Amino acid sequence: MSVAGLEQCIAPKGWRRQPYRVRYRLPQRPHSNLNCFGEGYASSVYVSGRDIVELLSGGEMIAKALEDEGVEYIFGYPGGAVLHIYDALFKTSKVPHVLVRHEQAATHAADGYARATGKPGVVLVTSGPGATNAITGIATAYMDSIPMVVLSGQVATHLIGEDAFQETDMVGISRPIVKHSFMVRRAEDIPATIRKAFHIATTGRPGPVVIDIPKDCTRPDAKFEYHYPETVKLRSYAPAQRGHTGQIRKAAKLLLSAKRPVIYAGGGVILGESSELLTRLARKLNYPVTNTLMGLGAYPATDRQFLGMLGMHGFYEANMAMHHSDVILAVGARFDDRVTNTVARFCPGAKIIHIDIDPTSISKTVAADIPIVGPVQSVLEDLLDILDSLQEKDPKQPDTAALGRWWQQIDEWRAKHGLWTGRRYGESDRIMPQQVIESLYRVTGGDAYVTSDVGQHQMFAAQYYKFDKPRRWINSGGLGTMGFGLPAAMGVKLAFPDMEVACVTGEGSIQMNIQELSTCKQYSTPIKIINLRNNYLGMVKQWQDMQYEGRYAMSTYEDSLPDFIKLVESYGHVGIQVTRLEELDQRMEEAFAMKDRLVFLDIFIDPMEHVYPMHVAPNGAMKDMWLSKNERT
Amino acid sequence: MRRIISILLENEPGALSRVIGLFSQRGYNIETLNVAPTEDVTLSRLTLTTTGDDKTMEQITKQLNKLVDVVKLVDLSEGAHIERDLMLIKVRASGAMRDEIKRTTDIFRGQIVDVGPNTYTIQLTGTGEKLDSFVAAMAEADILEVVRSGVAGISRGEKVLRL
Repeated sequence: MSVAGLEQCIAPKGWRRQPYRVRYRLPQRPHSNLNCFGEGYASSVYVSGRDIVELLSGGEMIAKALEDEGVEYIFGYPGGAVLHIYDALFKTSKVPHVLVRHEQAATHAADGYARATGKPGVVLVTSGPGATNAITGIATAYMDSIPMVVLSGQVATHLIGEDAFQETDMVGISRPIVKHSFMVRRAEDIPATIRKAFHIATTGRPGPVVIDIPKDCTRPDAKFEYHYPETVKLRSYAPAQRGHTGQIRKAAKLLLSAKRPVIYAGGGVILGESSELLTRLARKLNYPVTNTLMGLGAYPATDRQFLGMLGMHGFYEANMAMHHSDVILAVGARFDDRVTNTVARFCPGAKIIHIDIDPTSISKTVAADIPIVGPVQSVLEDLLDILDSLQEKDPKQPDTAALGRWWQQIDEWRAKHGLWTGRRYGESDRIMPQQVIESLYRVTGGDAYVTSDVGQHQMFAAQYYKFDKPRRWINSGGLGTMGFGLPAAMGVKLAFPDMEVACVTGEGSIQMNIQELSTCKQYSTPIKIINLRNNYLGMVKQWQDMQYEGRYAMSTYEDSLPDFIKLVESYGHVGIQVTRLEELDQRMEEAFAMKDRLVFLDIFIDPMEHVYPMHVAPNGAMKDMWLSKNERT
Repeated sequence: MRRIISILLENEPGALSRVIGLFSQRGYNIETLNVAPTEDVTLSRLTLTTTGDDKTMEQITKQLNKLVDVVKLVDLSEGAHIERDLMLIKVRASGAMRDEIKRTTDIFRGQIVDVGPNTYTIQLTGTGEKLDSFVAAMAEADILEVVRSGVAGISRGEKVLRL
């Protein structure tokens, strides 16, 4: 029952408002109109001054607060310490709960939901093993700055510190991988704590927030006044609202003076809902754009100005352009080691403008010449305004002749080794993994949500699926979590049931959370799983080929892989095996034609294929790449 | 380079562990650490000394500021400041050494705060350097125990660290 509904119930026509501000308890027997059990929250109410206040237990307050926060799904798994909360959810909550098969999957599903929608993911797990199982997913969200609120049960307050059954110090264990965490000490603090958690998780640089809740704080027999605060006051938390105008002006001048500029855009553009602004900026200036792994979709991949992904497995033209640039505009990116290669040799001739909401990201690895701390959106708006006014005064900027030469150079790089301009993978009588992604792109019209796990398949998907829209590419970039793809796809599909959701994976990754096939059955999430099957841990094998003389230490499964077709069938899904290139497109189409079924495509690919380009390491620069097994820049 | 960072921290359970955790997690050094409540019951004041180059120091202050429980911080070593470390040192004091220890303590303007038949406990306040010199001057004596508070610091003049 909603608050509005409750008010109607307890304040019928003719209800006499209290003329004075004295709190008193209404008779224990609820108002005759109020049907409490199973349908409403309050078994009793307070009249506090002129306000009607519900009396709720800790568990009910959690259920109600999540509703008031507008939560669409809770991903979780019950257990002893959260049973009061589950009972309250069962009796009262309108928020659907998704029961996963392992708590790690709950966090990944909430994470996938958050990445696709931009709203915070919500997780509910029990104490001890429930909490520790959630850790990998929390770390995954933390590394990629994904908004998430994790409610973990805790043993009762009087048992804390006594090594009680299923006790673990969740606040302590999660401390390095959360944006912030709370330990509830008094049940009456629950609504304000939940409000603060959502506020912190979703503002500034987003991230996961843990709320640890001792069991006694949720007991059903202790009732408290429930107020969900509208605003949050945190004196020590104030993320930047605007960038420094002086710095933005400097940046604009430097940008206009560039002769070989590159815009290097990361996940922050997507998180900051600024893809359109970025696109407007790039088109206005006619500057080339490269996206990080996390930023794919921030700039439309099919646009002529897009250079592709940069970094370790980035496009030749993107890495070359970065290395030879004179001005780099970094937007919501963090100069990760998988981007920069050797920092000391990073882009020697470039002046760097760095826009980020988080000051710690600036000059952490690569020093910025013009740092701008602020939300990408407002900074880009200001930057565009200042560029307009500067160009009005001096329409000759930027130097179009120099820019023309720069584009000519980029086009030469593209023609020479561009991933999409020529066929950059080997010929084989087997299916090449790149061909699978190309087929997926064709069949889904480039409009699917694509989640991935971690390894070669992730890089092939990132390279060959051309993402034109933000939030469509969903992968664990920072932590590199195998087992992310399937539960993440589940979360995405729940958020967008009418959209195609594909999970590109490998035999290694899929087996790390394969139990979620059961969850997919229970909640009817007809995703499509594209298994690039090479019978190896492909990326490990690639490194062993390149750096360990082909000694495949623990990177093969020998004959131990399950029959995936039978396996998915036993979960009630459809399995299709693909072994020949000629049938690839047809099987892919068949799979996507089954709108209401989860289909697992087990596609046998050439096991010897490597991901290229690949940065030469150690001591390489951005421009130093392997382009194939025997070609180097 | 040695720096003294002074922090106003929310007086919340777990707040201190976030600060300490940050240092171990990111591989920064803590040389001394001093923390106690302030006149405002909701706040603790924490002083820590650390070493690192300018880039590291910039990251340390940014990372500390990012912690939700850190309300305010200042790098005291950026300006004129006062720093004090308190030491309690227990030494064997018998025979001729008894007078000698008393004289050395007076020279350093220390105080003998506990006297036993065979021991002295000396209290000394000053910079870390001064305390080190005192310990060095006591080389002849039999030092039984040393306890130091770690540096507490404050800016000189009008500059204050408060809300």
